[in-house]
Amino acid sequence: MNKTIVITVLSLALLGSLLLAAPARKMIQIKGSDTMVNLVQILAEEYMGKTPGAAIAVLGGGSGTGITGLINQTCDVANSSREWKPKEIDQAWEKGIKPRFFVVAVDGLSVIVNDKNPVEQLTMAQVGALYRGEIKNWKAVGEYQKPVSLYGRQSNSGTYVFMQEFVLGNKNYSADMKEMNGNAQIIEGVLQDEGAVGYVGVGYLFDQSGQVRKGLKILKVSKEPGGAGYMPTDKAAVDSGDYPIARPLYMATNGKPKADVGGLLGWISGPEGQAIVEREGFFAIGPNHKAQNEKNLR
Amino acid sequence: MRKNKRRNFREAAIRAFFFTCGILAVLVLLGIFATLLSTAIPAFREIRPSEFLLKTNWDPTSPEKAEYGILSMVVSTLMVTGGALLLAVPIGIGVAAYLSDVAHWRVREILKPVVEILAGIPSVVVGFLGIVLFGPAIAKVFHTGHGLNAANGSVLLAIMALPTIISISEDALSAVPAAYGEASLALGASRWQTLVRVKLPAGLSGIIAAGMLGMGRAIGETMTVLMATGNARSFPHGFLDSVRTMTSGIAIELGEVPYYTTHYYALFAIGLVLFVMTFLVNMAADVVLRKYQEKER
Repeated sequence: MNKTIVITVLSLALLGSLLLAAPARKMIQIKGSDTMVNLVQILAEEYMGKTPGAAIAVLGGGSGTGITGLINQTCDVANSSREWKPKEIDQAWEKGIKPRFFVVAVDGLSVIVNDKNPVEQLTMAQVGALYRGEIKNWKAVGEYQKPVSLYGRQSNSGTYVFMQEFVLGNKNYSADMKEMNGNAQIIEGVLQDEGAVGYVGVGYLFDQSGQVRKGLKILKVSKEPGGAGYMPTDKAAVDSGDYPIARPLYMATNGKPKADVGGLLGWISGPEGQAIVEREGFFAIGPNHKAQNEKNLR
Repeated sequence: MRKNKRRNFREAAIRAFFFTCGILAVLVLLGIFATLLSTAIPAFREIRPSEFLLKTNWDPTSPEKAEYGILSMVVSTLMVTGGALLLAVPIGIGVAAYLSDVAHWRVREILKPVVEILAGIPSVVVGFLGIVLFGPAIAKVFHTGHGLNAANGSVLLAIMALPTIISISEDALSAVPAAYGEASLALGASRWQTLVRVKLPAGLSGIIAAGMLGMGRAIGETMTVLMATGNARSFPHGFLDSVRTMTSGIAIELGEVPYYTTHYYALFAIGLVLFVMTFLVNMAADVVLRKYQEKER
């Protein structure tokens, strides 16, 4: 009898101490952009390897999901491949969340087709017309007789919103666009479909050995008809703005980041983090963004 | 005396406990319905119900003009589900007839559990098969460039509805009194004639119910169709078009929708319409099943 009581008390005490001890090892929860999820995962792993005690969990779900997560306080950091909309910032302030934005990398949003497609280059206007559903056959832009088959993302994706605002001129996507779950699914679709056109983050174009995925063709994009076209993989063109659909990738926190989150963000902005950003196929941030990040950490 | 009283009390307590368990399912159902209804109704402060049900354009996040017509999604759902039933019902009845009438008992002992295991395959796995296996196969056969379409969804949902259809049809056929079959054989009918003209008609209401329960299973399936049907919003013109079902529509948008906006309420309104549809299907199945059980008695 006595023994039973002792065991019960001991196990309850043990359970209690476990429950109390748990919050001490708090995980940093990062959620959002599917374009960024692989990159941030790798950054987090490297950072955890170097920093004893750091615990970070990275989830995808789309930029919209991450932003909603930060507003509803279900994550500590929101990844987004687009700027926050004024409406979202208002919503955040209403709930007492004061978002601060860190630009951690630059992405050349890439327009891709199947390598059976002979088209090499499109203008911004043509990409927009394709996705608005105004160009139904590849014949209209080159020597290729094939119906256009559109691959895009879903409305919770920052890439979806960025394309819509920046390339489609704030017009509706064609209702015939297939709405895929993520960058990887768009690539799978384009690899199989000879009439396909898709858009993905530059980090998704390469296989493990750093080569462009077999069967995939990256298109050059020019600003004006007849103008020079550039590749999203061309760092100089992305830096100078000659490649027209480059965009910053953001990580947002609620107010000044706490020590653990701040440490991670500072490291990502620094030379080690940026080297990994470049290794993964994205582009390093410029001095302006870096200065802004440092200001936000204070 | 005192002991007796105590026993009565215990008896009453146990009865109350089981009554609570029984009523819980009803309460949960009513609770879900009430929540759905109260969250769906505010959508119609801004959307006309006729527009909601009869317009084909759905684009709540459009920068031009937000549109809330669910007809394309309803038709897509019905198409994918209908296609699934066209495939699954004949096959299901065939398997059920084989199991109940033709198969050696040893074969049946193996086959029945296998069919039941089929029901346990997670829907993501089925969806994955749709992407890597059935999709490319459909693209090749029909020369469509890609296989992310309603036909792919139908095939996958047929696979998912099969276990339900097989197991309930088999029960229905086994429940046909042995005397019917024996009488038919005694009159000189062949086994095929007995099966098709006597046993299947006798078990028909059970088989219909099986089909309806299979439909209930297929109509609400989300992950599989989300992965395999392409999710295009346009009104479908055939089984080779990409479609977006009601369930995929909700799944795609609920994660990022700002709470307590028209868009948020409209997603619940889709859920309500779907709930009413599955409810009607299940109720019809129940009525048919009941009728069939009464006839047997």
